Amino acid sequence: MQSFGYLDPADADAAIAAAAAPGGKFIAGGTDLMQLMKDDVEAPTRIVDVEKLPYGAIEANGSGLRLGALARMSDVAAHPAVQRDYPVIAQALLASASPQLRNMATMGGNMLQRTRCHYFRDTGFPCNKRNPGSGCPAIHGENRLLAILGGSEHCIATHPSDLAVALVALDTSVELQGVGGARRTVALGDFHRLPGDTPQIETVLQPGELITALVVPPSAAARRSAYLKVRDRASFEFALVSAAVALEMQGNTIADARIAMGGVGTKPWRLPAVEAALRGQAATPENFTAAAGLAVEGAMPAGKNDFKVKLMQRTLVRALSTVAA
Amino acid sequence: MDAIVGQPLDRVDGRLKVTGGARYAAEFPVPGVVHAVLVQSSVAAGEIVAIDTSAAEGMPGVLAVITPENAEKLQADKGGEQVVSRPTLQDMQVLYNGQHVAIVVADTLDRAQAAASALKLTYKQDEAVTTMDSALNTAYRPKHFRGGARSPDSNRGDADAAFDAAAVKVDATYRTPIEHHNPMEPHATIARWDGDRVTVWTATQGISGAQHTLATLFGIPPANVRVICPYVGGGFGCKGSTWPPATLTAMAARKVGRPVKLSLTRRQMFTSNGYRPRTVQKVKLAADAGGKLVAIRHDGMSQMSMPSLGEFAEPVGLATEMLYSCPNVAVTHRLVGVNAPLPTYMRAPGEASGVFALESAMDELAVALRIDPVELRLRNYADGDEHEDKPFSLKNLRECYRQGAEAFGWSQRNPAPRSMRDGRVLIGWGMATSTYPANRRPAEALVRLQADGSVVAGSGTQDLGTGTYTVMTQVIADELGVSPRRVRFVLGDSTLPPAPGSGGSTTVASVSPAVQAACAAARQKLFSLILADPQAAGLTSADLRLANGVVLAPARRFPLSQVLARAGLEYIEGRGKTEGPPGGHSLHSFGAQFAEVRVDPDLGEIRVSRYVGAFDAGRILNAKTGRSQLIGGITYGIGMALLEETATDAETGRYVNADLAEYLVPVHPDVPLIRTIFVAGEDPVLDPLGARGIGELPMVGVAPAIANAVYHATGVRVRDLPIRIEDVLG
Ligand SMILES: Cc1cc2nc3c(=O)[nH]c(=O)nc-3n(C[C@H](O)[C@H](O)[C@H](O)COP(=O)(O)OP(=O)(O)OC[C@H]3O[C@@H](n4cnc5c(N)ncnc54)[C@H](O)[C@@H]3O)c2cc1C
Ligand code: SF4
Repeated sequence: MQSFGYLDPADADAAIAAAAAPGGKFIAGGTDLMQLMKDDVEAPTRIVDVEKLPYGAIEANGSGLRLGALARMSDVAAHPAVQRDYPVIAQALLASASPQLRNMATMGGNMLQRTRCHYFRDTGFPCNKRNPGSGCPAIHGENRLLAILGGSEHCIATHPSDLAVALVALDTSVELQGVGGARRTVALGDFHRLPGDTPQIETVLQPGELITALVVPPSAAARRSAYLKVRDRASFEFALVSAAVALEMQGNTIADARIAMGGVGTKPWRLPAVEAALRGQAATPENFTAAAGLAVEGAMPAGKNDFKVKLMQRTLVRALSTVAA
Repeated sequence: MDAIVGQPLDRVDGRLKVTGGARYAAEFPVPGVVHAVLVQSSVAAGEIVAIDTSAAEGMPGVLAVITPENAEKLQADKGGEQVVSRPTLQDMQVLYNGQHVAIVVADTLDRAQAAASALKLTYKQDEAVTTMDSALNTAYRPKHFRGGARSPDSNRGDADAAFDAAAVKVDATYRTPIEHHNPMEPHATIARWDGDRVTVWTATQGISGAQHTLATLFGIPPANVRVICPYVGGGFGCKGSTWPPATLTAMAARKVGRPVKLSLTRRQMFTSNGYRPRTVQKVKLAADAGGKLVAIRHDGMSQMSMPSLGEFAEPVGLATEMLYSCPNVAVTHRLVGVNAPLPTYMRAPGEASGVFALESAMDELAVALRIDPVELRLRNYADGDEHEDKPFSLKNLRECYRQGAEAFGWSQRNPAPRSMRDGRVLIGWGMATSTYPANRRPAEALVRLQADGSVVAGSGTQDLGTGTYTVMTQVIADELGVSPRRVRFVLGDSTLPPAPGSGGSTTVASVSPAVQAACAAARQKLFSLILADPQAAGLTSADLRLANGVVLAPARRFPLSQVLARAGLEYIEGRGKTEGPPGGHSLHSFGAQFAEVRVDPDLGEIRVSRYVGAFDAGRILNAKTGRSQLIGGITYGIGMALLEETATDAETGRYVNADLAEYLVPVHPDVPLIRTIFVAGEDPVLDPLGARGIGELPMVGVAPAIANAVYHATGVRVRDLPIRIEDVLG
């Protein structure tokens, strides 16, 4: 770890200004950033603690769910309105990390947690994401955990968040505040970027831009939603494959479907083609299987993750059947 | 008074541990201590051609940057137990990725870390052999198999001819991965020199071995090395040898003239103190139509480092030589050198990997023969050790099968694969045999009986968290008729009478007889004092009994305080000794493992849902710590079966999942309630208490029991550990 300065600003403008300067970096729960700094993967010279800023509220009402960027994973998971109206969110959170981590980790930090690609997290390896242009050893190496969709020849790392998968499925938007108080809102689906030939640029965030909230619109589908996470270990492991599924049913007909998957894409992977194929269809195993076939269109497995093509479809079929039942 | 030995006494160090009072190596407050950080290579083979220390040396607080260019030259390693003399910065050669190439010392840990990352090394890279599987054709015969005590190969009868002629055969190759011990406590050492004497506080399973290693390498008498280690935060074998980080800490302390502390990072733990090597094992079994084994062949290969680092051969075939009755048995052990660190013992070395292959093959044979797996094992039951041609000191394996099967409900098993379900979930039941050698090594102990009736005793042994403190306290309590609360047993200091390293489940069988003998010696001295007293006229030692600080005799009593006062003694001291194992018997523990798995047929998730293990391990000295060993061992086996694997990047030979977020070990929901059974029986040969070690036995056979259960659930035979989702997706 390199030595660094620590700032504890009183308001958002000061925080944003400090983070926008070269070497500046926000820290919230610190559960990812501290680890990356200890491993010399990131070496900010000044960390800007945002925990005292007033963005910790969880608000649920008729116009949707507003998750303050600093709300803790544990608090969001335990919130009655979240559990009732957005079960996929609560389930994704409870399937994430461990209770200790969830007590510290925040919504904003969760969206910005970095990939678990082994190579990225060990400075003994080259890695295009960590050190642009140095190469990607994972594509021909230990890629069991990595993405089958959305990759490029430069990077096939997955975005590891469970929560982001659930939120992307529910059309969440991200509220941002930038230098000089500039505010904007970005759809979460557009927030993370595909690696292309710049895998080091992971989001559309501008320097110093702060996430202030994640806003989830209400929907009938959100109320009938679930998160399914498949992994080797029964708990405390990132997803090999996961599915966030939200359905609005009319009898046995699927009126609306929102679907995203984790562990398979280089960003939280929304599946619009699958959703379109299911809309207006009967909830039958055949329809689910056919739709799941669309999910893996264009998949480019890398060897040790070949099984994800099959597992992704099976996971989706299972999640659809569970939610429709 | 009821015997204390055998009771489920709470561990005597429990309170200290849960309150943070137990002091581990890195926690000793040594005044003036400074901090060292290891630097490790990022290439697998080649030579260091340039080391730029200028930036690091100029950084604040930096006291020394030690590299092969300026490191102290160590004395030649004359061999001996637990000595690992390289890599210790003695030359510029790089033999594996993650090899120690420098050590940086600074006044604070942060400064040492910062300077360590400022070090610039340039390498000339050579072609590296990074994986065992790419080099199987280079396999060679170990040169010092079992310390040179025996050949790596053995033969009885003619296994090949019998195999060729047999009716029913299994011929398969099994693979086990590299696994790392990953104890909670990382390796840590503090070293302080006083002239040519050095004191080291180090996390070790063998203080005697550490003393010997450091004395040898620094060329000083063993008496000049004091090793202190009262608590070990888990070892599992990786603290068995004295690995280079301890040596380098002492080297650094000598260089800077101040006490130095080195604590490894988790990532460094993957390349600094060994691992269970990968194995590729070919097993051939043949039986007659009645299920009687006629041939067994087990050709084991295990992965090695480059030979100049030492030699470690995973003895996968040893159990195969004796586990079943069979006239024709052939076993070989070979090594495959790669650019990797030196492997080492890891919980149940040899047996854990080897029995996975053998007991998976036995299950395949049972399937081929259409014989129940337990029944097949009974038909081939070995009443004696046919390899050593000796009787077993104690073997109650038949009872293990019987009691284990009954507790598990084995008779309800439908033998057809995929036949048992719970809704959509596939249920599989599998079993396997467990065995592990029982052993004993020379040990000494010292006991002091004090005037107030309390006892202080000690031996230079270790407590890896297994319960040595507690069990020895119980032994003393019984021998000297005192409450365990009045006994203080000390260990983990090389100034105490010597004892062997704690590995191979030898501590109980080695140290407890020495403690017992020391107690007997002290008691004898006490009785002699009393019998010399005129008040004892007419008594013999057979009339005397020591209880709660008083020697009782018919119609007379002699309080210890008075006896000692009269003799002008503060305490009575007894010393005791154990020798190596007795020779006439084959010494082994046994067990039967039964596992139930639930497999999601679509998603491939495998979970162990029920578990029964029945063990024949002699007399159990503490029912509670004993059961803890069983639960821990079985949990370790669940990890081996389904989760643990150190993955190597084939391009660079560097481990990719060298941390506990990515190296998976079981967590609570992976472990079902484990039912454990100790089959009654005392070993009449190994030690006077009838006990045998139980640290490793319970993990042997877990992986094959689970693999066999996975086969039963899914119809898929997985011969390559760990068994994961992709193996059973279909
Ligand atoms: C062992 C382990 C297991 C885990 N398992 C899982 C899992 O199964 N599933 C899962 O989803 N996650 C898992 N996680 C990841 C965990 O969820 C994240 O570490 C956590 O959500 C990060 O939140 P934080 O508040 O601690 O972020 P920090 O570590 O404080 O920050 C992370 C990043 O976000 C930036 N940041 C933080 N807040 C803001 C803000 N408001 N605006 C702009 N930038 C911001 C920081 O600058 C930093 O770059 C695991 C983590 C660990 C260590
Ligand atoms: S996949 Fe991406 S993160 Fe992983 S090594 Fe390649 S470039 Fe780096």
